[in-house]
Order: sequence, then C-alpha cells, then structure tokens
Amino acid sequence: MSETPIEVPIETFPIHKEKDSSRKAGLLQPHRIVLALIGSALVGSTVYFMRWDWLHNYGDLIMQGLWRTIWILIATVVLGFLLAVPLGLAQASGPAILAVPARVFCTIIRGTPLLIQLWLLYYGLGSLFPQYPWIRGSELWPYLRQAWPYAVLALTLSYAGYEGEVMRGAFASVPKGQLEAARAFGMRRFTIFRRIWLPQAIHRALPTLAGEAVLQLKSTPLVATITVVDLYSVASRVRQDTFLTYEPLLLLAAGYLVITGIIVFLFRRVERLIPSKLG
Amino acid sequence: MMMEAVTVSTDPLQRAYSEKAEAIHVENLHKRFGALEVLKGVSLTAKDGDVVAMIGGSGSGKSTFLRCINFLENPTSGVIRINGEDVKMVSDGHGGMYPSNRRQIERIRSKLGMVFQNFNLWQHMTLIQNVIEVPVHVLGMKRDEAMVIGEQLLERVGLSAKRDVYPAYLSGGQQQRGAIARALAIQPRVMLFDEPTSALDPELVGEVLRVIGDLAKEGRTMLLVTHEMKFAREVASHVMYLHNGIVEEEGPPEELFGSPKSERLKQFIRTVS
Repeated sequence: MSETPIEVPIETFPIHKEKDSSRKAGLLQPHRIVLALIGSALVGSTVYFMRWDWLHNYGDLIMQGLWRTIWILIATVVLGFLLAVPLGLAQASGPAILAVPARVFCTIIRGTPLLIQLWLLYYGLGSLFPQYPWIRGSELWPYLRQAWPYAVLALTLSYAGYEGEVMRGAFASVPKGQLEAARAFGMRRFTIFRRIWLPQAIHRALPTLAGEAVLQLKSTPLVATITVVDLYSVASRVRQDTFLTYEPLLLLAAGYLVITGIIVFLFRRVERLIPSKLG
Repeated sequence: MMMEAVTVSTDPLQRAYSEKAEAIHVENLHKRFGALEVLKGVSLTAKDGDVVAMIGGSGSGKSTFLRCINFLENPTSGVIRINGEDVKMVSDGHGGMYPSNRRQIERIRSKLGMVFQNFNLWQHMTLIQNVIEVPVHVLGMKRDEAMVIGEQLLERVGLSAKRDVYPAYLSGGQQQRGAIARALAIQPRVMLFDEPTSALDPELVGEVLRVIGDLAKEGRTMLLVTHEMKFAREVASHVMYLHNGIVEEEGPPEELFGSPKSERLKQFIRTVS
C-alpha cells in the first residue's frame, strides 16, 4: 500500500512569517545590498546636488516648529482619546440621552473637513469672543487671543470624533462573558469598567489607534492656516525667503516620516506589553 | 442566620442535618423571556454541605435557574434567600421584578463562586491575576495575602506551573480548572457550576470532574448543572430533574437514577446513558 502524501495547506497569507527562521538570513542578501546602495545613492545625490546652505540660518526655527508639531500632536491625541472613551462608551451601552448626542457629535466631526472645523473655531468663535467684555477681562483672555488654543481644540475634537467611533466598536467587541464573569463575582459597575471592560477595549483598539495617531500627525500642518508656526509653516517660510522649493519640502517629508516611525514604534511597544491572543 | 423550622427527629443524623444552616433557599421561581416561560415555579433548598445536581434536557431551564440565583438573570417572580438574607425585589411594572438594592446583590454575588460553561477567564490577565482579581478588587484583601491564597489554589487544581500564563494559551480543561480556582478564591458559601464540562473536548472532561469531585468530598456546598449523569450520581446528595421549567422529579441520586418514577425521567436516563 502506497503512503498517502500528507497534504500541506498552502498559506495564502503568511501570517506566521516571524516564526520562519529561514527568512531571517540577515541584511547581507544580494537584493538587500542592491537596495541599500540605491537608497544611499539617492540620499547622497540629494545632499550633493541640492542646496542646503540655508539650513544653519533656520536651525532654531526648524527645531521650534518640530517641537510645536510634536506637542500639538501629543496633546491632541491624549486629550482626544480621553474624550473618545466616554463618547464610545455612551454609544456602546449608554442610555439614549447620552448615546444620541455622542453619535451626533461623531457624525458631524467625521462628516466635515477638519480645515472647516478649524476655521469655524478660529475665525468664528475667535471673532465672537472679543465682543464680550467679560471674556476680554477674564484670565483666559491672554490665551484666547492666541491661535494655538483653537488649533489644539479643533484637533482634539477631531481625534475624539474619530476615536469615539473606534472605541464604540472596541467596547462592543468585548465578549459578553468577560463582563458577566465580573458581575457574577460581585464587582461594582465602575470596577468592571476600570478593570475588565476598558483594558480589553483599549487592547482591541490599539492597532487602529496607532494608525489614527499617524493620520493625526499628518493633519497638524492645517494649523499653519491659522498662523500657528509648526514644522510645515517653517518649510513654507524657507520657500518664501530663499525661493527654494524642493529642499525644504524634502526635509519636511523626512521629518514627518521620522515622527511616524517613532509613533509606530511606541505603539508596538505598548501592544507587546499584552499578549496578542485575545479570545 | 436563618434556620429551617426544626422538626424533632429521633434519628440523630437527620437531626444534625436539619439543624444545618440554609445556604440557598428558592421558592416558586418563575422566569419569563417575552412570551416564553422558561421557569414555571421551581423551588430548592440547599443547606451547608449539600451538593445539588440539576439535570435535564436542553431548554429545560436548569441553566436559567442557576443564573437567577446570582441575578445574572432577573427572575420574573419568586423568593430567593441566600445566606439567610432575603433578596429585596421590586416590581418593574411590566409583570416582572428586579433587585431593589444593587449593593445587596453585589454582596450576595461575592459569596457565590460561579463557574461558567465557557470558563470566562479574563483574557487580559494571567492565571494568577485572574485568581486574585476579585479578592483584591471586590473583597479588599491585601495583594500579597491574596497571592499566597491564589498560589495555594492553583496548586490544588494542578496549575502552579501555569500561574503566569494568559488564558488564551491554556487548554479548555486548564482554563476551567483555573476558573474553579478563581471561584474558590472568594471563599464562597456556595459554588455554582453551570455545565462546567459541556464546552470541553471529551479527553479533558475527566481532569475537571476530578477537581469538582474533590470539592464535593470536602463538604463544599455546591449547585451543579450538568450533563454528566454518572458524575451527578457519584457526587450529588440531591438530584433535581427539570423538564420544561418544572421539577419533574427530585430526590437522592440512588433513588432518582435507580428507580425513576416519571416516564420522562426514565426516557431521559435511557437517552443520555
């Protein structure tokens, strides 16, 4: 009797790549060397053939812009997420009186361009405020006169709107049995939320949240339209001063790429803290 | 503590039994889901040390009955007394009722160790974290104290080596033994088992039944909903056969399995064994 050959299923999507040790043959494979050479040739020619002598004049400004972009990003992602949790929870399991406003908010934010939201807040709200003496006289006025509070507010609301929807799905996707077990042992409602529901929802949402943080980074240049000097507006300043077009834009692109890399790296680290297999 | 009215008996054993405290007392429990009446007046009294097994076909209401006891389902009507404490219920205005005091329900629940069909270990916590979660965050025990107890319990269910493993990396049998350790960690007055072996592969059923059997031997009060007839016969002190939401027949296991009276029970025993 001939042995029946064992059928080996072909992996259409090789999701177990990292377990395949033969792929870890190192960086010194021919195709990789070629690619690395092409890459360094590109970088080298950029440095050699293009003009970078303006750089030292704008070093300080670039660092300021970079710093402003980064803190606006971090502040709006953190604040936006803090808003997104109640927005998602209200939609996933709240009473109609909370769920409906939350859904309306998310729909409006997701359904209108961020640029318009930004301008409505800055030019609309920002021009209403000075009409009221009690606002002009308040301690907040020195801040309300500036542009950045409106930038932070608009970006925060935008992130909250998108993430509110993500968190709604994440809360709803936690299996009922997980919460039922907590109830069965006499946990209070807030303890269940804090210890079981929220951690599991965040873990499910993390990959999406990482992607949305990257998108948020790339929304930050819009703040330049309301006079906030971020990384992007530094690049356009350089272009206006020096009549160089490509050099500042290339530097800008590289800057955003590096920040994106850092965001992705940080989220991976957080994701790895918890095992990837959730039931 | 509530005591049952003591009937004077000449048999010392029986007298000792009737003086035992009631852990769970349920009277005339009804449960309705919309038009469907799942429970049509079920009563039960479990004293300390009793092992009550509930058997019956699917849809007989046995799981619903168990879930009503710790109010994962709200009974439509009936009286529930746990630990000698009457659960306060108020009418919901639609012919049903719900517990009026959430704190009371939470207090009662923390005395009942529930084991689910699908284990329901918390997926984002390791086994030992699962076991100490309720003692620390519900009962207010100190963390290191809970750790000591938790490790003893994992040892008892044979999972010491797996203490830092997440549930997703455990077999069904291991998860269920872990879930039993989690339930024991609250030092429950009564253990509730809701078909603890129904979701397991056949070869894993034995290890879980062994753990439950040991608990029965050491005199723990348990309510057990199960399909394992042989096991029910071995460990139970009292067996209830439910059919269509009523107790068709009940009694000591030898009687119920040895000489069933109702035709349905006879047929049920024939089909499952």
